[in-house]
Amino acid sequence: MDLDQKSTRTLNYFVPQMVTISKSGILQLSILILFIMGGFYALYIQIVDGHIVTGMRDNVVWGLYIANFIFFIGISYAGALISGILHLLRVEWRHPIIRIAEIITIISTIIGPAYILLCMGRLDRLHHLVLYGRIQSPIIWDVLAISTYLIGSIIFLYLATIRDLAALRDYPFKSKWRHTLYKFFAVNFNGNSKQNRYLERGLNIMSAIIIPLAVLVHSVLAWIFGMTLRPGWHSTIFAPYFVVAAVFSGTGVLIIALWVFRKYYHLESYITKIHFNYLGIILMILGALYAYFTFSEYLTSWYGSETWEMEVLYKLFDPHEYWWWFFFAAIVGVVVPILVILIPQFRSINSITAVSVIAVFALWVKRYLIIIPTLETPLLPLQDMRPEYIHYTPTAIEWLLTFAGVAMFCFLFFLFSKFLPIVSVVKGEEGTNYAELRKTVMQRIIKRT
Amino acid sequence: MENKEKKQTRRKFFFKTATAAIGAISTAGIVTQSCKKKVEEGETVSLLSPDGTLVEVDKANISMAKMPAQGKEARAGIPNKKFVMVIDLARCRNARKCVTNCQKMHDLEPGDEWIKVFLMQDSNDTAPYWFPKPCFHCNQPPCVKVCPVGATYKRTDGLVLVDNERCIGCKFCMTACPYSSRVFQWKDPVHENQADHDYSPETSVPHKVGTVGKCDFCPDMARMGKLPTCVTGCPNGVIFFGDKNEDIVTNGTESFRFSELVYERAGYHFMAELGTEPNVYYLPPVDRLFDYKTGFKTLTNEQKEFYKKSIVKKH
Ligand code: SF4
Ligand code: SF4
Repeated sequence: MDLDQKSTRTLNYFVPQMVTISKSGILQLSILILFIMGGFYALYIQIVDGHIVTGMRDNVVWGLYIANFIFFIGISYAGALISGILHLLRVEWRHPIIRIAEIITIISTIIGPAYILLCMGRLDRLHHLVLYGRIQSPIIWDVLAISTYLIGSIIFLYLATIRDLAALRDYPFKSKWRHTLYKFFAVNFNGNSKQNRYLERGLNIMSAIIIPLAVLVHSVLAWIFGMTLRPGWHSTIFAPYFVVAAVFSGTGVLIIALWVFRKYYHLESYITKIHFNYLGIILMILGALYAYFTFSEYLTSWYGSETWEMEVLYKLFDPHEYWWWFFFAAIVGVVVPILVILIPQFRSINSITAVSVIAVFALWVKRYLIIIPTLETPLLPLQDMRPEYIHYTPTAIEWLLTFAGVAMFCFLFFLFSKFLPIVSVVKGEEGTNYAELRKTVMQRIIKRT
Repeated sequence: MENKEKKQTRRKFFFKTATAAIGAISTAGIVTQSCKKKVEEGETVSLLSPDGTLVEVDKANISMAKMPAQGKEARAGIPNKKFVMVIDLARCRNARKCVTNCQKMHDLEPGDEWIKVFLMQDSNDTAPYWFPKPCFHCNQPPCVKVCPVGATYKRTDGLVLVDNERCIGCKFCMTACPYSSRVFQWKDPVHENQADHDYSPETSVPHKVGTVGKCDFCPDMARMGKLPTCVTGCPNGVIFFGDKNEDIVTNGTESFRFSELVYERAGYHFMAELGTEPNVYYLPPVDRLFDYKTGFKTLTNEQKEFYKKSIVKKH
C-alpha cells in the first residue's frame, strides 16, 4: 500500500515502540501483573469459600462488583459515542484520538461484564442463560445488548484499523509472526478506490449503528434497577440519567488516557492542546447535563417525600453515613470540572486532565451510592441481629478484584499498543469518497425511477 | 342490604378439633381413587368434601399423592388448589415458634429466617405490634418476573417456588422482592439430616451454595395432608392456612370459611399498593390477646434494645 509522507513518518515513529519494551515498562508491567494475580487469588478464594467472603449479605446483595460493572460499561462510552458521533460529523481533529477511544470501549466492555460474573452465585451454571433464558428478564436484555455492543465495537474498531493493518503488513518487520498476523488481518487491503469506498461505507454504517446500541446498553443497565420497586431506583429518568453519566465518565477516561499516552509515547505533535480543549468542553457540557439530572432526580424524591425515598435521602445526607461521599460525587465531581474548564485562564492540558480524574472518580463513587444505600433500605424494617446484614462493608476480596479489574484494563491497553499504533497512521480520503458515494446512490435512485 | 348485614354479624364457623384436622387433610390433597380396582370393604374415614359436608370414604379407596413432587410436577402445582394464608396479628406475641420450627424443618442456619417476626409501628401514636412475615406467594410476583432462567416460578396452586438446581445466583429476585422474603445461601450449607433427601423445589432442601431459598408454604407437607410447620408450631394459633377453592382455612385447632374470616375481620394485604397481590392476608391487631411487650419476654436484653431502637427510627 502506498503511504503518504506523514503516514510513513507516523509509522516509523511507532513501530520501534511496538517491538521493544523499556526497563521502566517492564517494571510497570510487572506491577500490573501482580495486581492481576492478586485478583485471581481473590477469585480463587471466592470460588472455594462461596460469596461469604464478600461483604454482600441478604439485604445488600449487590456491592462493589455491580458498581464496577456500571462504571466500566460507562467508560466504554468513550469509544462508542465519541468516536461514533465524531466520525459521523466528520470532525477533523478526531483522527489521533479515535483509536484510543475505540480501544477503551472494547476493553471496558470485556471487563465490565466480568464483574457480573463475579457477582453470580453459580458461575458453573452460566449456560442456564442459554438453556432456560427468559426474555422477560432485564438480565437477558442486558446479556443481549452488551454482547451485540461488544461485537459492534469490535467491528467498528477493525474497520477503522484496516488501513493501518495494511500499512503494517507492508512494513519490513523482523519477526515473521507479526508479518503473518498483519497479513491475516489486513485481508488484502491495498487502498484502491473501490476498497476505500466500501470501507468508508462500512464505517459510516457501523458508527450509525453503534450510537443507538450504546444508548440501549446503558438504558437496559439502568432498567435493571429502575424496574424494581425500590426507593432510589424506581425512577423513570434512570435510563437517560445513566446514559449521560456514562458519556460523562467515558469522556473523562478518554482525556486521562490521552494524557498518559501523550506523556508515555511523547506524542506531543499528534495529541495537542486542541484535543484537550475540545474534549474538555464536551466534558463540561455533559457535566452540566449530568448535574441537571442529578438535581431533578433528588429534588423530585425529596419534594414528594415518600417514606422510603426519604429514608434513602436521609442516609445520603447524613454526615455519619454517606454525606461526604455524596457531596464529593454529586457536587465536587461536577462543579469543579465545569468551573475549571469554563474559565479560560484555568484551562490547560494538565488541569483538564486533573478535573477528569476527579470526575471519573466521582462517578465511580456515584455508582456505589446508587446501589448500596438503596439496598440498605428495604421496605420492611431492618431487624437483623447480624450487623453485617444491615451495613455493607466491602471486604479485601472485593477490593482485590476491583484493583485487578483496573490493572487488567491498563494491561490490555498495553497489549493493544504492542500490536497497533495507538494513533491511527493512515487517514482515509473520506471527503471525496463521501461525495462519490452520494453520487452513486443518487444515480441508482435516478435509474430506478 | 339486609343480606350483607346478616353476613357481617359474627357468624362463627367453628369445627371441632378432630373434624378440622381431617378438614386440613382434605384441604391438603388426598386423592380419592376412582373405584376401578376391586377393594375389600373395610374401615371408613370421614373427610370434608369441597362443598363443606362430611362424607364417609372407604380407607382402601384413598391413596396418598406422591410426595414431594419432582421435575415437571413440581413446576405445575397441586391440581385444583389455591393456597392461602391468613395471619391474625391480634394473637401474635412473638413466641417465635414459627421461626424456629421453619428453621428446623428447612435446615436453616440460626440467623437465616424464611418467616420473620418484625416489630412494627405504623405511627408514633399507635401501639407497636408483632408481624410474622413469610413469603407472600404473590399473584403478580416481581421476583418471578425478573428471574433470567425461570428458576423461580409461579404454580397453578398459587405457590412461588425456587428451583435451586436451576438458579444461577444472580440475586435479581432478591432486589426485586419488595418484602425481603428471600435468603441467599452465602456459603456451603451444613447438611445435618438432609443429606439423604432427594432435592425437590417442594422441600427446598438440601440447600446449595450460591442459590436462593425462601418460604415455600410447605407443599410437601400439603401432599402428605399436613399443615405447614409454622402453622402447627404456633402456640397461639396465629397462622391459618388453607385452600381458597375450598374456601377454608385452619390453624390446626380452629377452621374458618376463608372468605368470611377476611371479610368480617377486615383482612388486608400488606403494602397492597405495590400491586403484587399477595396470597397472605393479615387480620389487623385489634382486640389483642397480648400486650406487645409480652413479646420481649422471649428475648435477650441485647435483642430487646435492638428492637426498641429499630422502631424508634420511624420518621
Ligand atoms: S413475597 Fe417476594 S419472594 Fe414471595 S412471591 Fe412475593 S415477591 Fe416473590
Ligand atoms: S437468584 Fe436464582 S431465582 Fe433469583 S433471579 Fe437469579 S436465577 Fe432466578
